[in-house]
Amino acid sequence: MKPAPFEYHAPTTTEEALSLLAEHGYDAKILAGGQSLIPMMNFRLVQPAILVDLNNIPDLAYINPGDDGGLRLGSMTRHHQVETSPLVAERAPLIHETMPKIAYPQVRSRGTFGGSISHADPSAELVALSVALDGNFRLRNRDGERWTPAREFFVGLFTTVLEPNELLVEASLPPMPPHSGWSLKEVARRPHDFALIGVAAVVTLDEKGLCQQARMVLISAGDVPMVAHKAVELLKGQAPTAEAIKAAAEVAATEDIDPSSDIHATAEFRRHLANVLSRRALEQAFQRAAENK
Amino acid sequence: METTLQNVFDLAVTVNGTRYEQAVEPRILLSDFLRHDLGLTGTHVGCEHGVCGACTVLLDGEPVRSCLMFAVQAHGREVTTVEGLGTIDHLHPIQEAFQEAHGLQCGFCTPGILTTVKVFLEQNPNPSEEEIREALSGNLCRCTGYQHIVDAVQLAAEKMRK
Repeated sequence: MKPAPFEYHAPTTTEEALSLLAEHGYDAKILAGGQSLIPMMNFRLVQPAILVDLNNIPDLAYINPGDDGGLRLGSMTRHHQVETSPLVAERAPLIHETMPKIAYPQVRSRGTFGGSISHADPSAELVALSVALDGNFRLRNRDGERWTPAREFFVGLFTTVLEPNELLVEASLPPMPPHSGWSLKEVARRPHDFALIGVAAVVTLDEKGLCQQARMVLISAGDVPMVAHKAVELLKGQAPTAEAIKAAAEVAATEDIDPSSDIHATAEFRRHLANVLSRRALEQAFQRAAENK
Repeated sequence: METTLQNVFDLAVTVNGTRYEQAVEPRILLSDFLRHDLGLTGTHVGCEHGVCGACTVLLDGEPVRSCLMFAVQAHGREVTTVEGLGTIDHLHPIQEAFQEAHGLQCGFCTPGILTTVKVFLEQNPNPSEEEIREALSGNLCRCTGYQHIVDAVQLAAEKMRK
């Protein structure tokens, strides 16, 4: 038994959870799947006074079709549910393809979509994918709700715009436009470990086969999911030739990211990987977009 | 489950078919509850932060790391540990296969592997080697180099198909 003592609450409705957060504010910590929080509590890196466990709120776990043709995911939807959902496979193939790469089967049984997003680990795949897919998050407190685009949600290392009294209750992922392609490439020391670098790309071609829109987000490349703004600007309106992709990947790796050095890899090696993986991700995404007519 | 303000929680959980009722502190990990409170020491505790997989148990039939759950979260649920697989006289086919194919050396990681493999083979009775390695990606073994474990899982699959 390693975690420090805490007061445990297991509300059965979202309203009850929001009341607890309103009452306890910074003293309370939300427990979702616990696959990141509990290790930190075991190490006593985190010692919350009060734990609000969401695992008994069935209303927060769902995968619904969105009216726009996209997806609505309840924040307590488990990774395993997302991984095996035919609706996700149909409407968000990038998410479907990525799920088996996230941690291990035992972790995917417990880990949740909203938990991963709220934890805001810059090396988490779902954090990057939510930005690459231009998702939106519904945040609720006791008195109301607001929507925040994923691209504005992550503000720093493990830091989001969530207030202490707020709960991420739902993620909305819009459908990809026609003629779109996607890709996720990553390198880890062992498969399923945290990526040394990952790249998520979503691109859309116009009727002439030129790049109409592109979003590329890099994983483990800075304090937040790093959006490759400059690289993508180079591609817009251009034919996705091998040269154009190569140039964009180069810019992504040198100008769009801010990787750090640690025991696993130097920043320099991470930039090298970012260059190679950006190129491969863009190649695959554009190829799929061309096939997706 | 009722919201509680006291620092003790009345836990009721079914483990390997037996119902247990016990007052626990919310901070007790499921792994420690199984070992210390119930005496079910088959569940091994390796890293205690979700990396090694030795503590894997089944929660309502799904593999989970018992060091990354509080015991109170198993309230009203069904837990299966390695003790729930077979007995010394009547080993589970997976356990037989691990014995026959030398799928263990020191045995520390084995309980977590057996519980993981149980669910895996129920869902995928005829797996490829690659699928087996993928299924066991969350379980570390420092003795075997994994080859005999993969062989044992293949043998277990064969036994269970019969």
